[in-house]
Amino acid sequence: MKNLLILVLAVFIAVFGFNYESNAKESKIKAAWLYVGPHNDGGWSQAHNEGRIYAQKHLPYIETAYSESVPEGAPCEKIIRDYIHKGYTVIFGTSFGFMDSMYNVAKDYPKVKFEHCSGYKTRKNMGTYFGRMYQSDYLSGLAAGMMTKTNYIGFVAPFPIPEVIREIDSFTIGAREVNPKVKVHVIWTNSWFNPVKERSAAETFIANKADIIASGCDSPASIEGAKKAHIFAVGYDSDNYAKFPNTLITSRVWHWGVFYTKVLKEIHNGTWKSSQYWGGLKDGIVGLGKFGNRIPKKVKEYVLNKEKEIINGKFKIFAGPIYDNKGKLRIRKGQIMPDKDKLSLQWFVKGVVGNIPNK
Amino acid sequence: MSAPQHSAIIISLLSNAIKAGTILLFPTIGEIFAERVGILNLGVEGMMLIGAFFGFIVTHITNNPYIGFAAGVAAGGIAALIHAFISITLRGNQIVSGLALTIFGAGFTTFYGQRWINMNLNTSFQSFPFPILSKIPVIGSILFNQDIIVYLSYILAVLMWFILYKTMIGINIRAVGENAKASNAMGINVYKVRYIWTFFGGLMAGAGGAYLTIGYAPFWLDGITAGRGWIAIALVIFAMWDPLKAVFGAYLFGSINALQFQLQAAGTTIPSAILNMLPYLVTFIAIVASSIIVKAKHIRPPKELGIPYSREEK
Repeated sequence: MKNLLILVLAVFIAVFGFNYESNAKESKIKAAWLYVGPHNDGGWSQAHNEGRIYAQKHLPYIETAYSESVPEGAPCEKIIRDYIHKGYTVIFGTSFGFMDSMYNVAKDYPKVKFEHCSGYKTRKNMGTYFGRMYQSDYLSGLAAGMMTKTNYIGFVAPFPIPEVIREIDSFTIGAREVNPKVKVHVIWTNSWFNPVKERSAAETFIANKADIIASGCDSPASIEGAKKAHIFAVGYDSDNYAKFPNTLITSRVWHWGVFYTKVLKEIHNGTWKSSQYWGGLKDGIVGLGKFGNRIPKKVKEYVLNKEKEIINGKFKIFAGPIYDNKGKLRIRKGQIMPDKDKLSLQWFVKGVVGNIPNK
Repeated sequence: MSAPQHSAIIISLLSNAIKAGTILLFPTIGEIFAERVGILNLGVEGMMLIGAFFGFIVTHITNNPYIGFAAGVAAGGIAALIHAFISITLRGNQIVSGLALTIFGAGFTTFYGQRWINMNLNTSFQSFPFPILSKIPVIGSILFNQDIIVYLSYILAVLMWFILYKTMIGINIRAVGENAKASNAMGINVYKVRYIWTFFGGLMAGAGGAYLTIGYAPFWLDGITAGRGWIAIALVIFAMWDPLKAVFGAYLFGSINALQFQLQAAGTTIPSAILNMLPYLVTFIAIVASSIIVKAKHIRPPKELGIPYSREEK
């Protein structure tokens, strides 16, 4: 008798629970974002936060929330489960390290939709998304190649992973296409967000007579260093023009809002399917920020023309012949690096002075 | 690259190394004096964080780096008073109290620092060439084209060395650390001396932290000191409790910091993770080396380091 009662109760709760979930769906879609850094880090997490605000502004039927400085691993899993218990049905994880936590939780909640940025694990209810930032990197490289006088460009880089190596390579390809004398020097900080190290790296480049500093790290510290030394910098993540109008060449910018509105619209219309999204300039998810005040018209026009060619498919980056920085031919003439190889890139192109640690 | 360019790079790097070394020099001198009077304060990292935090926000608010620096120094001193109260008045365990201070400093600044992340300072200490001395070739451009805080640290190191070895105050300091009971018999107020120099240690830790966020970074970040407080404690042993030797230790570490980035920029094949480890690795080596020297030369830490003193106990 007691067992029966428990069974009835359990069924009741289950049915009631599901009803509750579908009710919530009918009213408003509740979506939650997880950031790896502070929402105002001036870089990566801020770009995602701006994307969230953009979606919120454009879609009246969504309700959003976020958690910042989320640690990777078990605490992240708990935060996701808490959101789901509060009725959130869409989870955006914006750092590679959230992948396994999301993958685990997604299994337990087939009705909740998960979108994970920069990872590779998917489920029926978990998709991945990322952008072809290398296109913006290449374009900013063109401008940098034209602007440098010392032919020494410093690249402050976080971790030696394909995403970052791709950035450095495409930037270098762009710079050397217009100026074959350019060398791009790399310093790894081994951290996504550490203004002190980024600044020290920039200062080291400046001591070595660099006249342009680019960065793949998430704070604007290296631009700050460039500003103080009156040289140029290439911004990253968000458009840094407002803060550094005279220092910037341009910025490589994420427009995550484009993707977030697309996904939430699809969920609203019931057409969403788990996929591996990798949009580019054409989709508007990546782009260039405003050019700095010191950049001549000629340079701007050249870069914007190339941007058009990339968008309409006339021009492809990573087209052979491409040699690595040890002199080995990696991509033969007439060949283009397939996406699969771009996603697992582990070597520097010719012109990069730096070292990728062996696994 | 031509030779003159090479020397320009070295000058510029060493000039940065002095700045990085200054961050360590203040807390090292401070801890030397705390230990000289018998108080082991393992809270240097925490006090530096507190100094760094208050230095940063006060500079941000007042837009004056000197007021900010003073605030950071004061905040470090106040933090040290917690340790002084526990270890001198309450005669608690100094190791536990110091560790607690480090943890407290990290927690406090992380919690209240959230909203200050990614704000940068529009002002900093201005470098200026020191009259006459900056004309000395090479050394002049490295040592005497710095900001006022760096010059202050030079003066401080010499002054504190003088006080420690050449004045009555210094004799009292050393006596208290060697034998508190005898010092008391000599008419020295042991409690007072210990309080003063523990407080001084905090002021100096605060100065190092404030210089980090105002003069060096200039940013705020959780755990921005990144173990520099611990390196300072190690440098005390390296310097054999002598403020002048601390200068060499601090600049050695500053140079290693600059070196790890320079090696990468030059395209070294040493993995960056190992280069990042270098300052900590060298700390380890330096401690081993100086311990051997200390033994050979019969130098030893203050005899009553870490031992609470009670006037009542006979």
